[in-house]
This record gives sequence, C-alpha cells and structure tokens, in this order.
Amino acid sequence: MEFFSHQTDFKFMATRHVWYGLSAILIIASIVMLFTRGLNLAIDFTGGVSAQANFPATVDLGAVRTQLAVAGFRDAQVQNFGSLRNIAIRLPPQPKLGNQAVHDRVESALRAVNPGATVQQLSVVGPQVGSQLETSAAWALGFTLLLIFLYIAFRFHTWRLSFGAILAVLHDPILVLGWFAASQTSFDLAVVAAILAVIGYSLNDTVVVFDRIRERFESNRRLAPNIVLDQSINQTLSRTIMTKVVTSIVVVALLVLGGPVLKGFSEALLIGILAGTYSSIYISSAVALECGLTAEHIFPTIKKTAVDHLP
Amino acid sequence: MLEYARWKYILIAAVLLVALLFALPNVFGSAPALQLAHRDHSPVTAAEAASITGYLRQQKVPFQKAYVDGSGRLMVQFANVSDQFRGSDIADAKYQRTYISALSFVPKAPAFFRALGLKPMPLGLDLRGGLDLLYQVDVNSAVAQMLQNYSQDSARALAAAKIPVRNITFAATGGSVLQNAIRIAFPPGADLAAAQQALITPLQGLSITQDSSPAGPELLAAMTPAEVKQREDYAIEQSVTILRNRVNQLGVSEPSVTRQGLDRIDVQLPGIQNAAEVKNLLGQIAQLEFRLQDETANAIQAAQSGNVPLGDKLYTNTAMGVPLLLKREVIATGDQLTNATVGQSQQGPAVDVVLNSKAGDNMLRTTRQNVGKHMAVVLIEKHQETSTVDGKKVTHEVTSERVINDATIQGVFGDRFEITGLSMGEARDLAILLRSGSLPTSIFLQNEQVIGPSLGQENIRMGIAALVIGMAGVLIFMAIYYKVFGLVADLVLIANVILLAALLSMMGASLSLPGIAGIILTVGIAVDANVLIYERIREEIRKGVTPQAAIRAGFEKAFSAIADSNITTLIAGLVLWVFGTGAIRGFAVVLTLGIATSMFTSLMGSRALVTLMYGRKRKVARLPI
Repeated sequence: MEFFSHQTDFKFMATRHVWYGLSAILIIASIVMLFTRGLNLAIDFTGGVSAQANFPATVDLGAVRTQLAVAGFRDAQVQNFGSLRNIAIRLPPQPKLGNQAVHDRVESALRAVNPGATVQQLSVVGPQVGSQLETSAAWALGFTLLLIFLYIAFRFHTWRLSFGAILAVLHDPILVLGWFAASQTSFDLAVVAAILAVIGYSLNDTVVVFDRIRERFESNRRLAPNIVLDQSINQTLSRTIMTKVVTSIVVVALLVLGGPVLKGFSEALLIGILAGTYSSIYISSAVALECGLTAEHIFPTIKKTAVDHLP
Repeated sequence: MLEYARWKYILIAAVLLVALLFALPNVFGSAPALQLAHRDHSPVTAAEAASITGYLRQQKVPFQKAYVDGSGRLMVQFANVSDQFRGSDIADAKYQRTYISALSFVPKAPAFFRALGLKPMPLGLDLRGGLDLLYQVDVNSAVAQMLQNYSQDSARALAAAKIPVRNITFAATGGSVLQNAIRIAFPPGADLAAAQQALITPLQGLSITQDSSPAGPELLAAMTPAEVKQREDYAIEQSVTILRNRVNQLGVSEPSVTRQGLDRIDVQLPGIQNAAEVKNLLGQIAQLEFRLQDETANAIQAAQSGNVPLGDKLYTNTAMGVPLLLKREVIATGDQLTNATVGQSQQGPAVDVVLNSKAGDNMLRTTRQNVGKHMAVVLIEKHQETSTVDGKKVTHEVTSERVINDATIQGVFGDRFEITGLSMGEARDLAILLRSGSLPTSIFLQNEQVIGPSLGQENIRMGIAALVIGMAGVLIFMAIYYKVFGLVADLVLIANVILLAALLSMMGASLSLPGIAGIILTVGIAVDANVLIYERIREEIRKGVTPQAAIRAGFEKAFSAIADSNITTLIAGLVLWVFGTGAIRGFAVVLTLGIATSMFTSLMGSRALVTLMYGRKRKVARLPI
C-alpha cells in the first residue's frame, strides 16, 4: 500500500506569506484567549482544601460526591484512603468560606450519607506547582532553547535554521495553550507533560526537514533556495504524514478510550501534532528562507589561498 | 553487497535477552498487599506469620498468599484493593500495638524473579495512591542559629581577654546593615584593636568592620554570602537525611525523600494510610536540648509567683508532671547526637546515648562539676498555624517546649552515657525520638496531598488499555502499509518497548502519567525512524536502484536525519531531566531513555533483521515494501 506513489510537487514557499498571516492570527488569538479567559487550572496548580474523614461503616463514594455537590462543593475529588471507612476529599479553593465553615459544611454533607461520619482533619493546601518550580521550569526552557539553537547551528552551519527551529518550538505550545484557554478544558500537570511531548515532536519534525534541505543544497548548489526548500518539503512529505498518522492512532485511542483523566492530555497531544506538522513547514523552514538562507550558509566554499608557496 | 557484522547480531541478541529478563516482571504486574513489620524492627517469625494469617482466615478476609520478605516483614497479597482495605482494617484492630502496617504493592511474578531481585516498575504516586508531603525548610533560622553560636563564642572570648562589652546583637533577616551579621557594642574608650585580636579565632571567616554609635564603638562581623549559602544548604541536606531516617522508621515500602527547588523537601509515601500519625513523626520533632536543672531554687514557687531566677528558664510542660527550672546553658543539642539505642542496665531498661566529640567534651566538663545533680532533655517543637484575622490569612509559628526526661547524673561521663529509670515502652520511645534526630532547623508542612489508590487503579486500567489498543492499531497499520518491512518495524517497535521497560525497571524509576506521555512520544519517534528508512528505500527503488542497493542507501541516507532529529530531542530531554522536578522530570527520564533505545532498535535492530532476510547472496527481484 502506498499513498504517495508519485512525488508531490506543491509550491509551499510561494504561498508562505498567506500562512504567516494565519499563524499571526492564531498566535494573537491564543494570546488574547490566554489573557482574557485564562486557563482553567486544575487543583494541581490552584491548591485547595484537603480533608480526611472517618465513617463507622463502609462508605459509598458516589453518595458522598452527590451530597457534597448538594452542599455546594462542585468538582470535589473523593477517594477511599487506607481503608473502606476512610475517605480523602479534595475541594477547589473556597475563598468565601473560613476553614471552620468549610469543615462544618463538609461534615454535615457527610452526615447526610452516614450520621456517624466525622471529619478528622481539614486543611488548606498550597498548589502542587509552587512558584519556585515555575521559575525552575522557565530556566529549564530557556536553557533547552539555547542548547538546541547551538546544536542546530553547529550541525547545519547556520543560525538561520536554528532561529526557524526555535520559533517553531515556541509556536506550537502557544497554540495548544490557546486551545486550552478557548475550550476551558481542565489544565493539569499531565497537560504540561503533553506540551513537552508536543515540543519534542515538533523539533523532531523540523530537524528531519532540515536534514533534507541540507542534502538538497549539497547536490543543487545553484538552485534557488525557495525551490530547494519546496523540493525538500515535498520529498519528506510522505514521511511527515505517515509518522503523524501513526502517532495519531495512539493519541486518538487515548482520547477515546483513556477516560476523563487522560482527556486533556490526549487533546493537547493531538492539537500539538497538527500544529507541529504545519510549523515545521511554514515556520521553521520559511523563517530560515526569510532570513536569507542559501546553500552558501550550509556549505561555505573553501576560499583558496592566493599565497604562493614557491620560493 | 548487503552485509552486517556477526558481532552486531550477537550484541543485539544479548541486549534483547537481558532486557527481556528485566522487563518480564512487568508482565505479571503488581498486586495490592498489606505489609506488617514489628515496631522494634525485629524480623517476623514463621510462627507469628502463621498466627496472623490464621486470624485473617478466621475473619474471612480472602488473601492470595503471605510470606516474610528479605527485610523480615510479613507481606500479605490480596486479589483487589477492597480486600486489601478490609484486611488492613482487621489486622490493624488487633495488631496495631506491636506492628507497623502499611498498604503496598508486591510483584506477582514467580518467586524466581524475586530471588534475583527483579521487580516490576513501581507505579508513581499519581497511579497507586499514597501521601505526598511538601516541607519547607526554615533556612533563616538555620543561619540565625549559626549567628547565635558566633555571638556566644565572641562573648566567651572577650570575657577571657577581660574586654568589657555592652551587648551583642544579631539578625538573620531584614534589610538592615545587621543582616546575617553580629554587632558587638563596647563601652566608650574600649580597646578595639585588642578586641579584634581576641576575636580572630571565634569569628574566623567573617568580615569584620568597625563602626561607632553615640553610646560607644562597635564591631560588625558579617557572614559572607557564600557562607550563608553553605549554611542553608547544609541545613537542607541534613533535614533531608533526618527525614529519610524518620521515614525509614515508618516501614513504608519505596518511600522517596527528595530536595526540591531552593528550600523544599518532597516526601512521597506510597500506600501510607494514616496521614496524621506520619505527619506527627516527620514534622513535629524540631530540636532537642540537654540542660542542667537548677536545684537551688524552688520551681513550684517560681511557677506560682512567675519570678524566675536569673539565668534559668521555667518549664511547666514536663513528662514528670511537675514544673522544672532549667539553666539556660545548653550542654548538648540533638544534632550533636550520633546514636541512641534501647539497652538494659542494672536499674532496668535504659537508653544508651552517644554524642559527637564536641558535645562529649562539653558533657565531660559539665558532669565533672555536677555529679548527683539532675540533667533534663527538652524537646522543642515548632509548627505553623494559620488563622484568619480580618479576612486575611495569617500564618504564625507556634513553639512548644516540653521536658521529656529528667535524670540524675550518676557519675562523670563524656560522649557515652545511659539514661535510666524508664519503662521499656518509655525507653523505646525516647530512643526513637533521640535517634530520629533533631532537625538542624525547623521544617514546615507546605502542602499535603492524599492520593487514593482506587482512583489510581481505574486510571491505570483505562490508560493501559487505551495504550495497548493504540499500539495494536499502529502495528496493524505499519504491516499493511509497508508489508514485510512493516512487520520488521513492528518487531523493532516491540523490542523498543521491551528495552525501555527493562531500563526503567532496572533504574527503579516509577511509572506515572507523564511517564506514559513519554512512552507515547518514544513510540512516535521509533515509528518515525522506521518510516524515514522505508520512505528512503522506496525513493531509491523509484530511482531504479537494485533492491539490495536500495536497502543500503535507505539506511545510510536516513541515518543523518534520524541522528540529528533524535539528538536535538535528546538535548531537550536531558535538560528537563537535570533541571526539572516532579512531573516534568518523570517525563524527561522516560523520553531520554526512550530516544536511546529507539535509536538502538531502529538503526541496529531493524538493519540486522532486514539484512538477515535480504542480505548475502540471495537474489531479490522485488522488495515487499
């Protein structure tokens, strides 16, 4: 079976300005969404109220959830903990209520399930992702970008490709974040992991196209750069689409069958894979072209020394 | 011609065999279990094990098997979590006094694997449930303690040199000149040169400047930023060590205590059941002090009148139930204690204490002059309380001091002595309190998170099922699209997953949701490598090259694309591994290892298989690709 028996010949670079416009619109829309609607941060980021309660007999978690919802605590996480009679409850932050008020309301909700229930302990917990962790993540990201910039500059002999790759790496997560702001899907730590994976995919894709550009430039030094780029993208197109289709199989399986916990995670991956495919063509390669990429940058002609060594 | 060196075949086969061995326990998986250990850490005997399992059977708790593991703990394996909970409830009700119980998971693999030390990947806290505690270390108080030492040493040195001093003050925080410095104020006309001479030894390493105030000349001695940082790091590292010791006392399987960020410590306790008990043991013990009792004054009178003699401190909260007056000088502190064990003396149970040499010298000097007098052990506990004042949350520190022991000094001793006059239970508790150490500084619980295993089980089941179905889809698709070569890719993909599972199991890395993200990315990258190679082979065939030359060209030309793209991603993975914490780190570990295994299997494994099929002298007319 083969989807691409004939070499495609799309003129990708000719229309690049149209796509810049689209990218710009999407990026601006994403940033506007992030600032206006913001992310629907999960309890990992917001912190909340953590409580433990005891029951005299085995307790039905579904009934506890229902009663908590009736008492006005939405999005409560209820789990058995340690034994069938003990439960752990996590609630989103309750800024309007004092600790004691939360305690009393939770306890009365639990007593509606079983009159013998007692709340053993209730405390306000901080977010799992502290401000320090955020700073260290920002450092890690900055450092990663710098190293990738240097590695690509070293392997391909030009900063122009490095610059394109870095822009593509920034482009994809912004779109994913924009989607999460727009759809208000719960944003938890698993989504952060998915965004990291998206960056990985995007980078992989970008470098594969770069590799082909390098190869084409080597054999066709006199060809115009935009034609070389078009050829390179066309020649890697079958691979690009195949890889995306195959990876999407796993991601779609996770989205459909993975349950609610993996929903945000697989959504982020799917959008990121789409964005990554597009960005490796219209961001990384096209930006390098805008920066004036030529064969000369990747394979500089060795200047012959004019000095005569004869005595 | 298409050929591949024999040693490479042997290497690949050997690597895969070893990997298979390490990865196999994961196939069997883990079962929920109840772990019972003696509170005094003595191994559980076969008779005791039989009596416990007999009791469980009598109470009709179904369990699959029970055995005593290498560390002398009884492990009871259950079929599901609700049986485990029931078993734990019933066992706790009867055995709580003598056993520490913990919920854990045990590998279901045959005993043969256990004997070899081969274990499946433990599941991360997000998947298996447990308790996650994040502590903040009060680094300021660690620095303040250091400054207090400096000022005490200075006072002693100046007194020895007979130089009069007005007062000595210090501050660890605040934006003043006094930050991380001590200020020694002298009466007017004091000989500062002589004072500085006397302070050379006690204030070594500090930068000393002269200053003056209307009341007289002053000396400012400041700690250098490097010294402050070193002190802070030391306090955190020591807190990590002590927390680890305390966690080990709990008998939890696979606990993790790690430093996070600048001044935080993350404690993860899989399967732990009683959060309150754990927090008591981990956080509340703050500092221990050995002090002399002042027997010249009447403590009860002092408690009633509120007139405490100069140089004394009144303790109303004592284990003896009567108030005590103790001298302010501290003979030794808990962090100078190197060991404390339960022993037997002629007077009954005792705690044998060993101090470090500095504290030992001090103890020797003190006891020489005070035989027959009383020495007390003070436990200082600190915790943070949050209350709401005018609608704002205010956190304040609450300190409670308690005399936990008061004993007569029977003779002159130095770094080794025993505390007697205790019951067996008291001796055991005191030894644990002493041994688990006093923290060099206070730690505060920042965040606690309880993760229930019931939710985890459901997560795992659905996540793994989806992953398996997705993988099956990939395998089928590859086989259809690339025919025989697709089957080669399938084998390579499976080998890749086995290798990755083996590496993770070997490292004891735990599998969490971000880790699953890493596995998916790895599968994507491994597929990508194969697709790159096969698309190249197809390209070559289109050019009209012979099949075998096409295969060789395909592998050779795809190499630079695979290597460069993977190395770029590898850089990202490594940076995240080094700098990341928590979820990000978990992801990075899997990604980094996954790229390594994927490069090995795609470049070497795939090449070996294809060469085996189409290499050598065989005539191949058309490639099934």
